[in-house]
Amino acid sequence: MMEDKILEVKHLKTYFHTDAGFSKAVDDVSFSVEKGKTLGIVGESGCGKSITSLSIMGLVEIPPGEIAGGEILFEGEDLLKKNEDEMRKIRGKKIAMIFQEPMTSLNPVFTVGEQIMEALMLHEKMTKRQAREKGIEMLKMVKIPLPEKRFDEYPHQLSGGMRQRVMIAMALCCSPELLICDEPTTALDVTIQAQILDLIIELKEKTGTSVMMITHDLGVIAEVADDVMVMYAGKVVEKATCDQIFEKPMHPYTYGLMHCIPKLDGDDSERLSVIEGMVPSFDDMPKGCAFCPRCSEARAICQERMPELVNAEGRLVRCFKYTQEWKENVE
Amino acid sequence: MNEHTGQVPLLEVRHLRKLFPAKSAFLSREKTYIKAVDDVSFTLMPKETLGVVGESGCGKSTMGRSVLRLIEPTSGEILYKGEDFTKAKEATLRKMRSDMQIIFQDPYASLNPRMTVGEIIAEPLNIQKRYATREETREQVIRVMKVVGLNPKYYNRYPHEFSGGQRQRIGIARAIALSPSLIVCDEPVSALDVSIQSQVLNLLRDLQESMGMAYIFISHNLSVIKHISDRVMVMYLGHVVEMADKKDLFATPCHPYTQALLSAIPVPERHSKRKKILLQGDLPSPANPPSGCIFHTRCFMAADICSVEKPELRDLGNGHFCACHFCGNCAGKETKKESKRNMES
Repeated sequence: MMEDKILEVKHLKTYFHTDAGFSKAVDDVSFSVEKGKTLGIVGESGCGKSITSLSIMGLVEIPPGEIAGGEILFEGEDLLKKNEDEMRKIRGKKIAMIFQEPMTSLNPVFTVGEQIMEALMLHEKMTKRQAREKGIEMLKMVKIPLPEKRFDEYPHQLSGGMRQRVMIAMALCCSPELLICDEPTTALDVTIQAQILDLIIELKEKTGTSVMMITHDLGVIAEVADDVMVMYAGKVVEKATCDQIFEKPMHPYTYGLMHCIPKLDGDDSERLSVIEGMVPSFDDMPKGCAFCPRCSEARAICQERMPELVNAEGRLVRCFKYTQEWKENVE
Repeated sequence: MNEHTGQVPLLEVRHLRKLFPAKSAFLSREKTYIKAVDDVSFTLMPKETLGVVGESGCGKSTMGRSVLRLIEPTSGEILYKGEDFTKAKEATLRKMRSDMQIIFQDPYASLNPRMTVGEIIAEPLNIQKRYATREETREQVIRVMKVVGLNPKYYNRYPHEFSGGQRQRIGIARAIALSPSLIVCDEPVSALDVSIQSQVLNLLRDLQESMGMAYIFISHNLSVIKHISDRVMVMYLGHVVEMADKKDLFATPCHPYTQALLSAIPVPERHSKRKKILLQGDLPSPANPPSGCIFHTRCFMAADICSVEKPELRDLGNGHFCACHFCGNCAGKETKKESKRNMES
């Protein structure tokens, strides 16, 4: 278990104080990413998966945000204790991030090349000429045809898939230790998605970068992840290896997620199984387990308090089902 | 389609085309067009679901909207219950439209934020003057709200007070308020989370069973299409490349594009044995479509003929249509086998 950890997040708490009220977007989340491995984070919108990644990058806006506690250990150092200058040296150089919408994350008034060169000149102290060479080489690596020509084009001249490739080239140009991908293929068509996922897997093997893959798509997880963390309403509900999760989802929410998607090889004359209701809003959190109102297996104890993450069958699950109390708490 | 013989189709679309004028050079007489939908024909039986699938820019939404004449088609015929819908004038058009409705993708943009839920659902009823009194209209609205699973106590609430899934229910309620025979569902679940997506898909299916509507279900998600459709049409750059009964299409996809599309979906299953067909490059621009077969620039089976001659949409029997030079009776079986082997290996 104690392999090299590139990133270790301990009890991270990111809260937001907004006009609409106080919300615990990330509530006591702990996990680690091992060197050269891919951690997948799954959950529906509002579960806190993106805020977790933004907290790591130090990109949470404060206020209204607040990092209320925890540690983010990257190469043994706590990122939360670093000041803005120090963070800037890490961001883009050691930890890079790819966002969902490549058009909004590229600057429309600069050419693709200028944007790639910026990072290289800043972090690697390259000259303009060296940066240009390296940049074109990166575009070649992410398989953009005619890289010399594309280098001097503006983002709007590229297609969505091409832009995402540019984003990947930009993220990888300083050979980061950790690459955070926040829904990198959600805005893309399936045939393009297949190309991009293929590219991410290939580059990961080539460069040995660790990857944090944030997505709502279990199909993407099955393809790229080594370990999986499932989040619900700001909390980790299940953490296991990818094989374990797909073999046997243990938390009722994970199980529900896996069974509510229509399958290509499934029997489609039947109704889809559903998770009733919806994600509770932050001002209306249930007192006990956050998933309890939607859970088909809930018992009285689930309404009373939040279950702890417990060890069960070699993984962590936040559910009373796997505790002693469950057996005592018969209907 | 074979099982429907003898029935009168609900909708017949023949050679539907929609061209959008593109920017042309200053003072140039020559006009260029983007062929968003090019020569699309199909029939839809009552209570049937036709799934339309394709990537962005393939013309599936334009097709869906042209069928309702929300976008005026450039040419082609649309026969609705035997009547020519394309030639209908204002009054008849309005009357015919009461029988056809649409559900949009974005539940945030498709509901008027200044209207209450009750007003939104009542609007089609008022426009069509379905009920004489307000009371009756209100009763119908409440009935419909219950059917789609909205609590009637939300009657006076505004759309912003609802979540995405509930807004989509409001959109569905508005569409079914007039008990139409045809609903065009334009990516109705794409903006929703998976757990909500399954709820909405089940609702659409239940409604179809209880009210007997036909759906044209537009989506880019093949798993969703497979779940809900009876027949599936695959579009690429404004053209139909393959159309078949759902079972046929998913068991023996003929067109290389369909095969690639099917293989590209990530399956939630570890160590999946399916082999991916990775397509090269991006979708060509519809303003400047490739010559010959529109797919040949990305096709893994392309030969010389493909860039020269446009393949016809041919009937392979059993209502399975495919537009590819290499499928059908001659080479088709071989490629089919081969592709099957590809998928399995």
